[in-house]
Amino acid sequence: MLADKDRIFTNLYGFQSPGIDAAMKRGDWNGTKELIGKGKDWIIQEMKDSGLRGRGGAGFPTGLKWSFMPKETDGRPSYLVVNADEGEPGTCKDRDLMRHDPHKLLEGCLIAGFAMNAVAAYIYIRGEFYREAEALNRAIDEARAKGFLGKNACGTGYDFDIFVHRGAGAYICGEETALIESLEGKKGQPRLKPPFPANVGVWGCPTTVNNVESIAVAPTILRRGASWFAGIGRPNNTGTKVFSISGHVNKPCNVEEEMGIPLKELIEKHAGGVRGGWDNLLAVIPGGSSVPVLPKDICDDVLMDFDSLREVQSGLGTAAVIVMDKSTDIVKAIARLSEFYKHESCGQCTPCREGTGWMWRVMERLVVGNADKSEIDMLLDVTKQIEGHTICALGDAAAWPIQGLMRHFRPEVEARIDAYHAKAAE
Amino acid sequence: MPTLTIDGQEVTVEPGTTVLQACEEVGVEVPRFCYHERLSIAGNCRMCLVDMERSPKPIASCAMPAGDGMVIHTNTERVKKAREGVMEFLLINHPLDCPICDQGGECDLQDEAMAFGRGQSRFHENKRAVEDKYMGPLISTTMTRCIHCMRCVRFSEEVAGVDNMGSIWRGEHTEVTTYLEGLLDSEMSGNVVDLCPVGALTSKPYAFTARSWELKHIESIDVMDAVGSNISVDVRGAAVMRITPRLHEDVNEEWISDKSRFVYDGLRKRRLDRAYARKNKKLAEVSWADAFDTIKKKLKGVKGDEIAAIVGDMADMESMLALKDLMAALGSKRVEARQDGAALDASVRAGYLMNSGIAGVEEADFLLLVGSNPRAEAPIVNTRIRKAVRHMGLKVAAIGAPTDLTYDVDELGDDASVLDAILGGKHEVAKAMKAAKKPMIIVGQGALAREDGAAILKAARDIADKFCVKDGWNGFNVLHTAAARVGALDLGLTTDGGVKQILADAEAGKLKAVFLLGADEFDTAALKNVFTVYMGTHGDEGVKNADVILPAAAYTEKDGTYINTEGRVQRTEKAVFAPGDAREDWTIFRALSDVLGHTLPYNSLGELRARLETVAPATASLDQKPTEAWGDFGTKGKIEAGAIAPAIDNFYLTNPIARASEIMADCIAARVGDVEEATGTHG
Repeated sequence: MLADKDRIFTNLYGFQSPGIDAAMKRGDWNGTKELIGKGKDWIIQEMKDSGLRGRGGAGFPTGLKWSFMPKETDGRPSYLVVNADEGEPGTCKDRDLMRHDPHKLLEGCLIAGFAMNAVAAYIYIRGEFYREAEALNRAIDEARAKGFLGKNACGTGYDFDIFVHRGAGAYICGEETALIESLEGKKGQPRLKPPFPANVGVWGCPTTVNNVESIAVAPTILRRGASWFAGIGRPNNTGTKVFSISGHVNKPCNVEEEMGIPLKELIEKHAGGVRGGWDNLLAVIPGGSSVPVLPKDICDDVLMDFDSLREVQSGLGTAAVIVMDKSTDIVKAIARLSEFYKHESCGQCTPCREGTGWMWRVMERLVVGNADKSEIDMLLDVTKQIEGHTICALGDAAAWPIQGLMRHFRPEVEARIDAYHAKAAE
Repeated sequence: MPTLTIDGQEVTVEPGTTVLQACEEVGVEVPRFCYHERLSIAGNCRMCLVDMERSPKPIASCAMPAGDGMVIHTNTERVKKAREGVMEFLLINHPLDCPICDQGGECDLQDEAMAFGRGQSRFHENKRAVEDKYMGPLISTTMTRCIHCMRCVRFSEEVAGVDNMGSIWRGEHTEVTTYLEGLLDSEMSGNVVDLCPVGALTSKPYAFTARSWELKHIESIDVMDAVGSNISVDVRGAAVMRITPRLHEDVNEEWISDKSRFVYDGLRKRRLDRAYARKNKKLAEVSWADAFDTIKKKLKGVKGDEIAAIVGDMADMESMLALKDLMAALGSKRVEARQDGAALDASVRAGYLMNSGIAGVEEADFLLLVGSNPRAEAPIVNTRIRKAVRHMGLKVAAIGAPTDLTYDVDELGDDASVLDAILGGKHEVAKAMKAAKKPMIIVGQGALAREDGAAILKAARDIADKFCVKDGWNGFNVLHTAAARVGALDLGLTTDGGVKQILADAEAGKLKAVFLLGADEFDTAALKNVFTVYMGTHGDEGVKNADVILPAAAYTEKDGTYINTEGRVQRTEKAVFAPGDAREDWTIFRALSDVLGHTLPYNSLGELRARLETVAPATASLDQKPTEAWGDFGTKGKIEAGAIAPAIDNFYLTNPIARASEIMADCIAARVGDVEEATGTHG
């Protein structure tokens, strides 16, 4: 369990003011000039050494991502874009970070921006996060007034500004290239890769898109040292992580914990346990709606980090733990997720546009059992036809929940089909 | 130059080539829907997925740049499954209405479903249905069939330069539409019909009139403008059912303008299919023999210098030569082809050609338009200029009335006297032309048709001489509006004073007889009291004051030689027979010459063409862009201040065929907002 002294987000719950004075008392903006003074290479190396992996879901090493940005400009400016379009069902960590601890993010933007030669940062915030956008803008004004941002930011001689851009409520705009399109004022549809954003991003300029949490932890990592961060968690899965625990628990919450904490411990220590006790647990979706569901027997001892969850054919994703007890209609729950992906598919590429609707319709029939058993395999085949064949990962995200369901709960689905046909035969 | 392996074959390709293009180079077919070589890459249909070694997922070959050492497989089980999967997805919401779909028989989706599909459906849900959209009088939509490849959207934005087409909504509700279902306002809009890989966008005029396998495709040349777009005239029996473009990289790429594509209904309407002669002040149907007899009687005693002839904009060179020879036999040298009065000089060939060539626009880095609106006069050339502006960084300046040419233009005003300033060398444009490596000047007919046209031509020539004519590069260009014009100039069909003088002489009684060969673009009232023979295809301006009317063949009905604005010699091919008694033009002159006692010395098209080669040696080599020697032309004179009038008032009404076409009329109505709502009883 994470010791209090190792917590990065010390105002996660908003017990203190989000204002700049309180933030500075918590240690934000402390020695920023000195950190920047150590140079770009030091910052990037330190981030690499810390082992921080992107907190937005895919888990790509953050330091490595920063190092892809061009060292010398070819005339085009570089940009940092912060992905605050937190829309993954079950996830609510970035929202609290921006609400209660916005200065961590802003300081992170400045340091990350400096490390990648960016002239400005854009924070693309989910449209529904109206108050959070206000909080960010307020914090930006405070930081500007103190001279931490703007011309000669923090007295480093480096000019840097941060702009908040509100989205319009499309889930797909959380995909980095769709976010870039949306930021440019176009319809939010993912771009083809290559070229990658580090080469051709916002307005055709080199761009890095990072999750809010990845950026917000950066100043603390640099202040306390890569080895401190790397010492928390397990190899290749280092550091602390904010988990969002929701569903059938007694105390749903966001909590910063060590990477690799056992799922059971996480739920029992911080969320007050599963409603009706651990034995009442049916299944857990460990990383937001996109990752496959895990049944109780795996949940008993699985560790919460990228590699452990991958071993059990799921994923850490955004670390949004969705807990379902035995009262849950698991088929209906997954069908609802299918509807979500059908609704949020951007419609650009064929497999996702056509496949998500097909999968949802079959799922709806499976909820009541109005199907043939062979359709389960057909449905799985359809998920395979989508997975890996699309421009972005939304197709994969739509396919995985169904694959997880069939992997662990197929008897339940088959029983429903039997019951339906038995009733129809009466 | 990256070298990659495709299905075991090594291939080295140009840098920047995509994997799909590399596959094509070694002859490996990769199915695709959204990819089109002349449009930007969308990568959204996912049909072109192939396997790349060391890649965990199949890659979209249309979007992946070929890299050195790549190993590509297109025939693995995984690729087969991926293709079957995408095909299945495309078909689940595609209606099974091929029997009533105009695309049937030439549909990419049909073909690729046959080649790469699974053969049966596993989809038991309801199919999606989409409301059809209005896109104007040319494009019929059945949006339920749309597979969202976005080719039409990319075409309108990138090639046509109109941005009111796009997709709305998202996911399975995505719909392609024009903004607020407005008109797709481009003179290139018909090309989306060809681009659409399914039957979502089809030709409205062609709808349900023929099936593609019933059609015979006749390779021909378009004569709606002076571009000489390569077309395929698709016929069934005796009727032209539609016109589609043929590929010619140097001329029209694979596009044609809406006028070229949709004018064909004008070939069936208001046609002259009988000979007529005026009896008691009224035109009456007569036989060929009577018509010729009338002409013979009327010409009796008329001296050579009392006869003149005017040639129209769509005449083929064979008939123009036959007319010229006949006139010479009658003792007249007065044959005029410049209906619009353009001060073109037939003495120097480089002085009336588009010397850079249409494809040469892509090499140029600066372009000065002088009294030319290429969007109306030659949409294909305008498309080329837009391409060069978009992709090659061409800069354009224009003297003439400001119009939306679909790209950024530095407007220099419509006062032709700016030319003097440019020639002086102090003007911004002069500096830009001096700095440019390959500057171009395009002179339009609007500038040359002015009173001071010869002086403008001279000024343009001198500017070109100063800046645009260098080693291996001649940047002087004349953009013609008439398909017949260059051929006519090659035959020397110019007279002092032009059409204006002929009409004046006719009115003054100095002329006794006038021949009109499809000449309809000027007011013929002056010919009221002169014996006028009109030979042409349509009951248009020319017949109003004619005394004898001889029905002739339109461009789809004869084998004709045309020279386009670049000087490229191309030939139409007879696709159908001319209606009724109408005959091919040169044969009429040949028969008439017999009656008049001046038998022309050719009995076949071959013999006529042999003579044509001696008169106009350029016609000896087909489909070559000539390089002509530079010279001096035009007449030095004062350029009057004052606006340059556009050469074309209305793009859709430039010739008798277009004026007879209901489709062209619909195009105009759609633009002036005069569209009647269709009621349930409309057809």
